[in-house]
Amino acid sequence: MSSDHLPETTHGDAQHVVSAHDPLPDPGLPAHQWRPTDVDPKAAKRAERQVASLFGLALLGAIGFIASYVIFKVGDHPDTIGNLGASNVMLGLCLAVTLLGMGVGMIQWARKLMSDHEIVEMRHPASSSQEDREAAVSILQVGLEESGLGRRPLIRNSLLAAGGVLGLLPVVMLRDLGPLPHHTLYHTIWDIDTWTPEMKAWWQTQNRTQQRIVRDVVGTWIKASELEIGDLVNAEPEVMFAVDQETKQPIVEGTELLVDKSKAAVILHRMLPSDIVSAQTRNWSVDGIVCYSKICTHVGCPISLNERTTHHLLCPCHQSTFDLTDSGRVLFGPAARPLPQLEIDVDDEGYLVAKRDFTEPVGPSFWERG
Amino acid sequence: MRLLNRPLGRLSRHRRGPVAGLLVVLLGLMLTGGLYAAFSPASSARENDSAAQIKKGHQLFLVGCSFCHGNNGQGVKTLDGNQLGPPLAGVGAAAVDFQVGTGRMPAVQPGPQMPQKKPVYTQDEIDELAAYVASLGPGPDVPNPADYSLAGLSAEQRQEAITRGGEIFLTNCTACHNFEGSGGAMPKGGFAPKIRGVEPKYIFEAMLTGPQAMDNFSNGNLSVEEKRDVIAYLQSIQDNPEYGGFGMGGIGPVSEGMFAWIVGIGSLVGVATWIAAHTARSSKQKAES
Repeated sequence: MSSDHLPETTHGDAQHVVSAHDPLPDPGLPAHQWRPTDVDPKAAKRAERQVASLFGLALLGAIGFIASYVIFKVGDHPDTIGNLGASNVMLGLCLAVTLLGMGVGMIQWARKLMSDHEIVEMRHPASSSQEDREAAVSILQVGLEESGLGRRPLIRNSLLAAGGVLGLLPVVMLRDLGPLPHHTLYHTIWDIDTWTPEMKAWWQTQNRTQQRIVRDVVGTWIKASELEIGDLVNAEPEVMFAVDQETKQPIVEGTELLVDKSKAAVILHRMLPSDIVSAQTRNWSVDGIVCYSKICTHVGCPISLNERTTHHLLCPCHQSTFDLTDSGRVLFGPAARPLPQLEIDVDDEGYLVAKRDFTEPVGPSFWERG
Repeated sequence: MRLLNRPLGRLSRHRRGPVAGLLVVLLGLMLTGGLYAAFSPASSARENDSAAQIKKGHQLFLVGCSFCHGNNGQGVKTLDGNQLGPPLAGVGAAAVDFQVGTGRMPAVQPGPQMPQKKPVYTQDEIDELAAYVASLGPGPDVPNPADYSLAGLSAEQRQEAITRGGEIFLTNCTACHNFEGSGGAMPKGGFAPKIRGVEPKYIFEAMLTGPQAMDNFSNGNLSVEEKRDVIAYLQSIQDNPEYGGFGMGGIGPVSEGMFAWIVGIGSLVGVATWIAAHTARSSKQKAES
């Protein structure tokens, strides 16, 4: 582009030059057009009625909300409207009508009836004036000089140290979030040696050496001969269902039960013994029945999403997939460690028992374990 | 005595006749068979399948099933070692009743999973096919309706059964079939079907036989009563009103999020556009201005 096409400017002069004969004269703003409600009193009256009826609708909705709250039954046998819970549906509908009526009414009010000025706001620079900025910088400079921060580094450094440690205080208080887990992450309730005295007293009455594996929820023992190929059993250690013979109260209960369950839950799966790949899985199984932790090694979701055709166990949370034929090897997904396998056996009466605890911590990795 | 003796005497005259021996043997055989049928345990593997039923079942099998499962149900492998149709010895009548009764079999084409469709065979034909497949090897029989019905339980016992069934369902089934039985996705193109609203017989058979990629829940795994309780729970959530409002298929955050984004935010955008675009202006001027 040649300079011929640029507008004529006066070099070295910041003054804005207005050409005497402007080829495109500034047309100015167009004449203001009024709204029908501004020029027609009938239209204004109509808009007023519209807004008022919208607010009236909102009022009805609010009254309906209170009425629905009082009228409709909730609980075990709730009232229904078209197979939906009447209370929830009506409360929601009435609240929606109220809020919508108020909102639409206000917008209608503003658009049709509130004053109709057109406002032009010119742009201006956002920064402060040059003098203000210089004054601020000089104040800071004077402060720096008078405090002598630059000349006395000892004061500066000790202040920085105190402030830094002050920042650490909230971090230290995070310690109050709970007790340290100590060794509990390394064993589960499958390990009889770690039991409480009450659990051990119950175990004395059972006259057995190895803990039986029981079905979850119902707590019944599992006979190895009763499982068919393709069976998947969600199971627990039998002490979970132990009941004190005198008081008839469960021995493991409350928080303790939930914590133990979240670590000790297992799945049993029976497959053709010839499907098993790894020596560990074969040695720790009974006639093709394998037992694995039910807790995913990624973030600890319970997993029992198994395909009997492939023996792949999938976690529904993040799709980690474990191979039950091959020591719980990770086939896919974010899990970093194989699924821990539990070594099982059959006792004299034919029931499945755990030979010992898991040989590694179950569930997600943690700080000390890495 | 004479009245009684007379017919016996008349019969006795024929005792040395040419067909007498044959008749006596036949009578003896029929008596033995009849007594055995009357007193043998009814549950022991499908004795009431007649040979004719099995034969007809085999004929149906040859036409409809043998392409993938082989002429004698031995299964067929493709040249590259994949299983086209699995061997059927030992799958039992329950598996046939489930697969054919829900229309999953005969399959239209091979694939990761056979979807449910309109059944092709009548119940009589399904029974014949089941009789044939059951004759290949011992397997689970079609369950007795008494096994999965709550009839004969008091209201309190029913409520207990539903509660226990719910716990068993949440422990064993929800991983694949979703927390209210709406089904879910499985690896490699498979899916766990929706099991709300399925006939109790088919739910029972599915647990018993473990169709396709599903695990077995044989009677040694979950007892008959436990399976019955699961079915009772599923039926109870089917009858329950949707207390929280429209459930959107009960498949969790996917449909709910879609609803919020498309319907909720979409309608807000629509209203905002309408407000901005709708600027009615009059050409008239104000009288006083």
